[in-house]
Amino acid sequence: MSRFRPTDEKQLADIVAAAIAGEEPLEVIAGGSKQALGRPLQLPHALDVGAFGGIRQYEPEELVLTAGAATPLAGIEQALATKHQMLAFEPADWRPLLGSAAAGQTLGGVIACNLSGPRRIRQGAARDHFLGVAAVSGRGEAFKAGGRVVKNVTGYDLCKLLAGSYGTLAVMTEITVKVLPAPEATRTVVLSGLDEARAVAAMTHALNAPHELSGAAHLPKRGGRPCTLLRLEGPVPSVEARAAALRDELRPFGPADILGDDESVKLWLAVRDATPLVAGEGAVWRVSLAPTAAPAFLAALRDALAIDYLLDWGGGLVWLAIGGADDGGAGAIRAALGGNGHATLVRAPPAVRAAVPVFEPLAPAVAALTARVKDSFDPKRILNRGRMYPDL
Amino acid sequence: MPPLEKTALRRGFLLLAAMPTTPNMGAIMRMPEPEAAVIARRSAIAADLRRLCAAPDAVIESENERRAYESDGLTAYRTVPLLVVLPSTTEEVSRILAYCHKSALKVVPRGAGTSLSGGALPLADGIILGLAKFNRILEIDYDNRCAVVQPGVTNLAITDAVQHAGFYYAPDPSSQIACSIGGNVAENSGGVHCLKYGLTTNNVLGIEMVLMDGTVLRLGGKHLDGGGYDLLGVMVGSEGLLGIVTEVTVRLLRKPASARAVLIGFLSNESAGACVAAIIGSGIIPGGMEMMDKPAIHAVEDFVHAGYPLDIQALLIVELDGPPAEVDHLIDRVEQIAKRCGAVNCRVSATEEERQVFWAGRKAAFPAVGRISPDYYCVDPTIPRGKLPDVLRHMVALSAKYGLRVANVFHAGDGNLHPLILYDANQPGELERTEQFGADIMRYCVEVGGCLSGEHGIGVEKRDLMGAMFSEDDLTQQQRLKCAFDPQGLLNPGKMFPQLHRCAELGRLHVHRGQLRFPDLPRF
Repeated sequence: MSRFRPTDEKQLADIVAAAIAGEEPLEVIAGGSKQALGRPLQLPHALDVGAFGGIRQYEPEELVLTAGAATPLAGIEQALATKHQMLAFEPADWRPLLGSAAAGQTLGGVIACNLSGPRRIRQGAARDHFLGVAAVSGRGEAFKAGGRVVKNVTGYDLCKLLAGSYGTLAVMTEITVKVLPAPEATRTVVLSGLDEARAVAAMTHALNAPHELSGAAHLPKRGGRPCTLLRLEGPVPSVEARAAALRDELRPFGPADILGDDESVKLWLAVRDATPLVAGEGAVWRVSLAPTAAPAFLAALRDALAIDYLLDWGGGLVWLAIGGADDGGAGAIRAALGGNGHATLVRAPPAVRAAVPVFEPLAPAVAALTARVKDSFDPKRILNRGRMYPDL
Repeated sequence: MPPLEKTALRRGFLLLAAMPTTPNMGAIMRMPEPEAAVIARRSAIAADLRRLCAAPDAVIESENERRAYESDGLTAYRTVPLLVVLPSTTEEVSRILAYCHKSALKVVPRGAGTSLSGGALPLADGIILGLAKFNRILEIDYDNRCAVVQPGVTNLAITDAVQHAGFYYAPDPSSQIACSIGGNVAENSGGVHCLKYGLTTNNVLGIEMVLMDGTVLRLGGKHLDGGGYDLLGVMVGSEGLLGIVTEVTVRLLRKPASARAVLIGFLSNESAGACVAAIIGSGIIPGGMEMMDKPAIHAVEDFVHAGYPLDIQALLIVELDGPPAEVDHLIDRVEQIAKRCGAVNCRVSATEEERQVFWAGRKAAFPAVGRISPDYYCVDPTIPRGKLPDVLRHMVALSAKYGLRVANVFHAGDGNLHPLILYDANQPGELERTEQFGADIMRYCVEVGGCLSGEHGIGVEKRDLMGAMFSEDDLTQQQRLKCAFDPQGLLNPGKMFPQLHRCAELGRLHVHRGQLRFPDLPRF
């Protein structure tokens, strides 16, 4: 296996062109923190895009930032923090979960995998903050799409397509994202002792009240006790008033505690990164479904599997750790889901990820369109071939 | 356009107080050459289509009735379509498209026909596929905060159906009483609250759609984010070129508990622009932030008497919404920032009625400008907010160059500019000058880092300016994506792209560097 490290767009395009000519697929790598995510790859060459880094333009008043795709996420978050801003989609750090703690996480990787945290329910996913891109397609051609402004309907929204495409369509070289002010204060209203059905009911109640929650999660075993977390962010007088009002409103679900900034921040990092599920060897899944469907989904799963779980997105995101199933639980999980959502196998040994569909299997018509879309960017299937679906 | 028709159009604006203008322009736009052989087969095609639809009146063949569909909101461009078909079910849409695909017939989708960029402009040898009969709200699911609706439901009807429960649908294009949610998906429609609440693309969870070959797909659902490629994301804003949407699942939001607005006057566009930057720089994201320049302020005040100050150069309306404790806190901060930026007037709405009055002026800006000029033309580029004073100065220079007045309303929160160019179509040459003026504005906005269109779409109107923003390679990649959805190019041809290419030609791999060997390339 050879590893290519282009230093400019022309070299990058040349490498892709040579790969096309030889029909030798490339594994696209920047920080390398997500190499264990998706189907395992055994491609002849690695394309290291690490040279495409650095913040190119950051205008806090414009709420936009442009950076090379391989810019370390930590550097971007640091630059934003000095101006009290943030990536509002709350990109997760799955390195502990994936066992890649030593690797670097880049902006491009976060966008390519559309990683979004608890604030997804209020501020949208990575895809919703991805405004513009420069990339080299699997045809070896440089192109750009989108722009540097938040409201833009000029041409197809190719950014949406590249977000969550796991590097299978194009090699991104430069990315423009929308950034937002960081909250001045955070409070977490904590309910204790609820089972998952009551927890989802409480989260639904809270999300449907006008308190503008920026997170709603349920940890069944925090300190040995189930706890339901409801996050409020904003100026101090606002979060104080809302936390008190929310606590009153949730009285039917029992007494609630209110956590301050430091405790809140720590706790939500754990939710974001699925920290309670990191320990252990079991397969870890991330399941997106209608929030109120979560309790029945979990009940159906328990009939078939031993599970640990946590809920985010008001119940709309179920994190699962599965013990002792040969297929990592894929069969039971997808049967319980019944096509009403999607399940992604985030962590499992390579053999399992090779044997079961890591991403939700697509309906035949959608799979056919997906293949045509892939071919429109990458007809020889040079880029990350097989990462999402076999041969794609 | 005959004067009578123009009057009727005006009355339409006044009725739809916030409805954006339809430019009365007689420009010539190249469209794909109609095929005489197809037109000659009109009756036979109509008979075939009737067999595909259950409703006896689903196919419109008589010329008088077809004429009702000759244009959309961009009334300058008119073509009587070959036929109009109004299916009632997804199965009928699928059968119609499969038939057209097999017969190589062009299809133009149409929702409510309010596009300002000619997205639903018919073709003489193409069928209008209208979705007006898809007008039902199928399900409202408060607990999962979403609604499932058919594409012909109007934008406002969704909010109307859920507001008794304290919910609403966030994107609010000013045509919202008329425009359909299917059209919103096609155009990725915006509104005045985009910075805080996003565009259509950020508020749609799922769709059912039909490809040109009749294949029915479901993308997304009540859950967040799809499992494979974000095909839903690319469908939104695809202007009816990739598929026809037959069902939409939208997010519902809880209505903010309170809203207050501040009216702020400035003696220069620069200080108003600086205030916008300072508000955002201080960490405040207003629900809405609108700016008007002097010509717009005067036109509006003469029309609706909203109490706007007239001795100023620029007016900002800043609206904060959310929990009362937050709104009260932030209103104070906005006032302080405004004073620091040199505001000469600053009025906070004391009551809901007063807040509505503040907005009444802004919402009447288009018809107000319509009163002071026989015709006007509106474009919608987005710019980096900080470039506003520069762009406005440039517009003053262009205004002098073309001898045409211009009034500006600006979604300052998200940078979306709406210059209204005032002209008289009855004066020879004014129309052409207006078009050139508009194109110059758009080009300049792209030059300063903006884009051609923030929310109205490219359609036919801005199609030939795409080259100002995108290279040939950029556009080629977009068209290749089109080929993945519609390889024969039958769906809404002649829109968005300045040149049509065959998919076979676009699909060819041109590996000029094919001789390159890996060993020559930099390794790590």
